[in-house]
Amino acid sequence: MSERPLDGVKVVTFEHALAGPMTTEILGSYGAEVVRVETGTRLDWHRQAGPFIGNVSLPNRSACYLFVNSSKRAITLNLRLPKGIEIARRIVKWADVVVENFAGGVMAKMGLGYDDLCKVKPDIIMLSAGIYGQTGPFAHVKGHGGPLTALTGFPYITGFPGQEPQFPGFALTDFVAPRANVLAIVAALDYRRRTGKGQYLDASQFESAIHMLTPMVLEYEANGREPVGIGNRCGYAAPHGVYRCAGENRWCVIAVFTDDEWNALCRVMGDMEWAKQSRFQTPASRLDNEDELDGLVEQWTSTKQAEVIMKLLQEAGVPAGVVQTGADLDHDPQLTYRGFYRKLDHPDSIGSFTYSGMPARMSRTNYRITRAPMLGEDNEYVYTKILEMSDEEFVELMSGGLFE
Amino acid sequence: MVWERGGAMLGSYRVLDLTDDQGLYCGQLLGYLGADVIKVEHPGGDKSRLIPPFLHGVLGVDNSLYWRSFNTNKRGITLNLDTAQGRNIFRELVRKADIVVESFPPGYMAQLGLDYNALNEVNGKVILTSISPFGQTGPHSKWKGSDLVCWAMGGLLAQTGDPDRPPVRISHINFAYQMAGADAAWGTAVALYWRGISGRGQHVTVSIQQSIAKTNFMAHEVFETTGKEQKRASSFYRVERSEVMLRSVWEAKDGYVAFLIFGGQWGATHDNPRLVEWINEEGMADDYLRGIDWAKLSWRRTPLDEVAKIHGYVERFFKSKTKAELLEGAIKRRIAIQPVNTPSDILEHPQLQARDYWQEMALADAMLVKFPSRFCLPSYSLCRQWMPAPRVGEHNAEVYEELLGISPEKLNRLKEASII
Repeated sequence: MSERPLDGVKVVTFEHALAGPMTTEILGSYGAEVVRVETGTRLDWHRQAGPFIGNVSLPNRSACYLFVNSSKRAITLNLRLPKGIEIARRIVKWADVVVENFAGGVMAKMGLGYDDLCKVKPDIIMLSAGIYGQTGPFAHVKGHGGPLTALTGFPYITGFPGQEPQFPGFALTDFVAPRANVLAIVAALDYRRRTGKGQYLDASQFESAIHMLTPMVLEYEANGREPVGIGNRCGYAAPHGVYRCAGENRWCVIAVFTDDEWNALCRVMGDMEWAKQSRFQTPASRLDNEDELDGLVEQWTSTKQAEVIMKLLQEAGVPAGVVQTGADLDHDPQLTYRGFYRKLDHPDSIGSFTYSGMPARMSRTNYRITRAPMLGEDNEYVYTKILEMSDEEFVELMSGGLFE
Repeated sequence: MVWERGGAMLGSYRVLDLTDDQGLYCGQLLGYLGADVIKVEHPGGDKSRLIPPFLHGVLGVDNSLYWRSFNTNKRGITLNLDTAQGRNIFRELVRKADIVVESFPPGYMAQLGLDYNALNEVNGKVILTSISPFGQTGPHSKWKGSDLVCWAMGGLLAQTGDPDRPPVRISHINFAYQMAGADAAWGTAVALYWRGISGRGQHVTVSIQQSIAKTNFMAHEVFETTGKEQKRASSFYRVERSEVMLRSVWEAKDGYVAFLIFGGQWGATHDNPRLVEWINEEGMADDYLRGIDWAKLSWRRTPLDEVAKIHGYVERFFKSKTKAELLEGAIKRRIAIQPVNTPSDILEHPQLQARDYWQEMALADAMLVKFPSRFCLPSYSLCRQWMPAPRVGEHNAEVYEELLGISPEKLNRLKEASII
């Protein structure tokens, strides 16, 4: 097996839903040994949400869980029992990094706060992937990425002019936070390598997402304007949009930034008379006549296959792309060439599930995806090999319900 | 300026940032953690300086609020890489750097004689991070991208918008580019960590398409598992295996709030009884609403007219209250209602104020604005805004003298030759 950049880094994670699991999935893909602590007494709702492989509603078959939990081990441990907390601390003693994404204060209440864990492992790096962060009046407010995406304000800049604010359709903040989390954790690991010092990382999904809205905040502060959605336009390029193509719900993006790209588009469209009119000859005039331009371009696209348009335009040097659905992604030649999706087998007759890869590839130490763990799958390994429990102790604790 | 960021996590590293709008966020994020990020622009300035909105609405290379948003924490120099002398100077800079980040079309760095192998010869420990729409290899690697193209090709665009309109992206912020920039930042940090152990640099390549394919909620997974395509549902949450749509964005008296009426055990033990009690106290409930057994309510099995009826109570109630009234009640009663905040709401948000999230920064003479101060709050090291975005070539004299010992006279000659 080839070397990976985070080989030797040990992570224990108390996580649920999406932001925590995706953070540690990334670390695991690049070689960190990640142990996820779960309990069967209160399942992560991602294990219950589905859709389920084979349409059988069992916690090990939920796609919603599998798709953000590759490349890690999973154990079950009942943290409601005092002994459970003691065992959790023993795992922390083994680890370099602790990740958690419970509501603010929950870990401390259980005796697993940063101060507690420092006593067990003085140079531990701990990241709390909180919704609002660990301090402030909202610290204890529960939440998840859906409503949070709304409250950060993304709906105000999503949608067409005159429409009510649109939810962007996915829990955006849940996907932004893991990126910030991984950067903070790995930077802290590098810092610890150089200085010997660990630290506590108080991450807030609210804050990391708002960061992306900075241009809108500055627009309000400097110019006094509240931003609104402008559909698929961009204000400095035209035509720039999503155009209806032949077939049901088929669309192609065309984005023309330069005169060269415009001329190439005109050639591909067959040098139509309307395209030669002076009101479409400069970027500024194309922007001024955007409504009409979009209508004319769509007349051309609407009778053709989206894939055909994309290929013709890209070969002519015009940015274009099919609005790809799940099925399109499945046979996208570029993603296939790059081995982005990996079909992996699962035990217990579950069959296979396809995992997405990582966005960043490394020339010497690339990532590697392993399938997501079954509930409690690594109990024996973690408790007897990592914590070096004797078989007697393991069996005794197990029969006492500790590993439920 | 003496570089004094030793207490920050990446305070001992230097980054040369050659990116355009596709990758600006990468260097900025590394800069938050203290890295000395030097933005290297073509003389006259990077083209992404012309992305709106502009300060006072006036087009100008130092006026783009977009550019200023994603280039803080960087020093700025100019250098003409199209000249042999400019490339020689760049190689000298690479000797003094740990990381180079670029987002040129794949192959362009090789044309300049500055691809990974060439940089590795100059500095065996250097990390080159390349960001491009489809990655550096593969049949589409030379294809042109744009933010919207990457949204589309990564499977995210198909999920967003109304079912009866075209799919729609988030406006203004080039979200796909920022996600790729963030992926490039942590990818670079991972490579740095390994360099610390192995002593070797490497080439980190980010595909924006893959960044977006890793930023959608199960487009591929739902297709693989069920054989069906997800449908875009705008401000609604589509209940699995049914036609039921639950509203997620609601109109309040003075704006919008976000709320989902969960069915089943979750709804019964969380928001629903508390919300019904509140609606009841305000005289807007009736026997039907009071009589719903939330634990037994399965949205999937609820007829559509009943879904609409239940939504109607909440709709009328929310419309009768302001965002502030709803939020105050929601906190008191522990109901997950959230206002949809505008930038002005966000600037006044009590949580962000209590955590000192905003940092003052000069946007122009006599114009201080609040700027996000961090992406994470470390207990020991610093994650903060160290400096505002640079004007074109603002740090030429400082950086060229400090790193390469170029005197003011020589700098002038280089300027006259259009190298700097």
